[in-house]
Amino acid sequence: MPHVLRKLLKKLGFYLSVAVLVSPALLVFLWMLSLSLKNELDNTAYPPVFIPSPPTFANYIQVFAQNNFGLYLWNSILVTGGAVLIGLLVGVPAGYGIARGKSAKFAVLILIARMTPALSYLIPLFILFQIVGLVGTKTGLMITHLVITIPIIVWIMIGYFENVPIELEDAALVDGCSPWQSFRYIAFPLARPGITVGGILAFIFSWNNFIFSVVLGGKASRTLPSAVYNSLTFEQISWGPLAAAALLVTLPVLLLTVVAQREIVAGLSAGGLKDG
Amino acid sequence: MTGMPATSLGTGKALAATPPAGHYDFSRKYWLFVLPAVVIILAVIVFPWLFTFFMATQEWQVTGATSFVGLANFYTLFQDTRFLESIGHTFYFTILGVALPVFFGTLAALVFHREFPFRGLLRTIFVMPMMATPVAVSLVWTMMFHPQLGVLNYLLSLVGIPPQAWTYDPATAIPTLVLVEVWFWTPLVMLIVLGGLAGLPKEPYESALIDGASDWQMFRHITLPLLWPFIMIALVIRTIDALKVFDTIVVITQGGPGTASETLNYFLYLQAFQFYKIGYASAVVVIFFVIIVALSLLLLYARQKSKWDA
Repeated sequence: MPHVLRKLLKKLGFYLSVAVLVSPALLVFLWMLSLSLKNELDNTAYPPVFIPSPPTFANYIQVFAQNNFGLYLWNSILVTGGAVLIGLLVGVPAGYGIARGKSAKFAVLILIARMTPALSYLIPLFILFQIVGLVGTKTGLMITHLVITIPIIVWIMIGYFENVPIELEDAALVDGCSPWQSFRYIAFPLARPGITVGGILAFIFSWNNFIFSVVLGGKASRTLPSAVYNSLTFEQISWGPLAAAALLVTLPVLLLTVVAQREIVAGLSAGGLKDG
Repeated sequence: MTGMPATSLGTGKALAATPPAGHYDFSRKYWLFVLPAVVIILAVIVFPWLFTFFMATQEWQVTGATSFVGLANFYTLFQDTRFLESIGHTFYFTILGVALPVFFGTLAALVFHREFPFRGLLRTIFVMPMMATPVAVSLVWTMMFHPQLGVLNYLLSLVGIPPQAWTYDPATAIPTLVLVEVWFWTPLVMLIVLGGLAGLPKEPYESALIDGASDWQMFRHITLPLLWPFIMIALVIRTIDALKVFDTIVVITQGGPGTASETLNYFLYLQAFQFYKIGYASAVVVIFFVIIVALSLLLLYARQKSKWDA
């Protein structure tokens, strides 16, 4: 009997630790949701009101009606979409070239790029963009977002292309394939899961990026994170609409995390990353 | 500035190795695949580096005119107490912002490595903070830290802890920001260590069981040494990222109260884009870069050494 009891206690302790681990994330996201669904009176009540009763969508309606949210959403889609697309077009062949050409120097270059603070690119690019008139444009922002998407995609693709057996390609090359054909018809299809993983991660970190848009974005071209931040500082905005806007900004990446959970875990546990 | 698979840190050797004999060697043709990426990387990454080193020796006017000032920017910098204090804040933040996520992340990985009901769902929830948009969630944290109306002080009062000043007191501003950092980035450490756990061999445990080892002994003498390289990768990545902390500080404290939570990156941002002291800010970048590279090399060296010892 004591043995059974000890086993039970051990199990209980384990589930308790799972609960302790998961609850901070759960609490913050649920509180975010709760704030966004309550009126201002309930949001500033003490003790706090936890469950909105009745829930109101007024905050969400206000976000879309008053804050040009649609425009900033479109900016985010264009900037992130463009940067991921170009990142894939350029990064996938580069990952292949590095994996097959064994060019370690280029790999180290990207490693150093990972360590450098974003602001160190931003000062020179800011001056350059002023000269060529790209400050405050979506094109300028998209170019800087390549700093995020290309390294991430190249790194993930190196790993996936290294796992494509070289014997397959050797055979093709001996039969007279060009390196491009061997990439296009053999390596590329086999490494397709890597393209999904790299594309998703590049999307998430580009979408979340704040610093580029805060420095280079104009009033009409900024992306969602800096647009939400600006509404905090320049308008006297209350908690409800702010929480609703914050939730809308992060919702696409949260949904993507849930849908592509397996790919993300595969990509990240094979490597750690974030933007910065 | 985005990431790379941790494993790639260790594949330098594989990349450098020459292909085994018998393979059709056509490595010369592969530069064409890499060319477009190289051109873009040169334009948006390498050009800015070189330009920064140049700017660091210049005095820059808003008109765009520059004049050579040699090392004067660096000289002024080391007499600027606000800069020196920001270095102190950065190290304070980094030490806590690395140690705590690595500790909790490793524990979390050990938990999520075991099989239990709803593991996939719970792991997804656990990973969500690192995916969420930092600016958006930081706004919610700001509301939670409110001394009178914030939900955190209410929750503390339920368990009898007096209300805290959080980011409103210079003494607790940085620890509060560390709390947010731990919330965001513990999952990253968890995923890296989880990747390590997945690749552990089974044999050592089987023989240890036969020898009658306890759970703790197995963890201490088998799991931990085998996991060490992965924990070191997490340590390196976390160090680089904690040094660069920016989004959460901008949203939650703006470096305040006063300059109590002003880190190097935020100081740099103010100099460059609030005061437009471009030359001065470039000198900060150079020093910042030296610190990051030095620390990373130190940690990579420690990792290499831990491997040799193993």
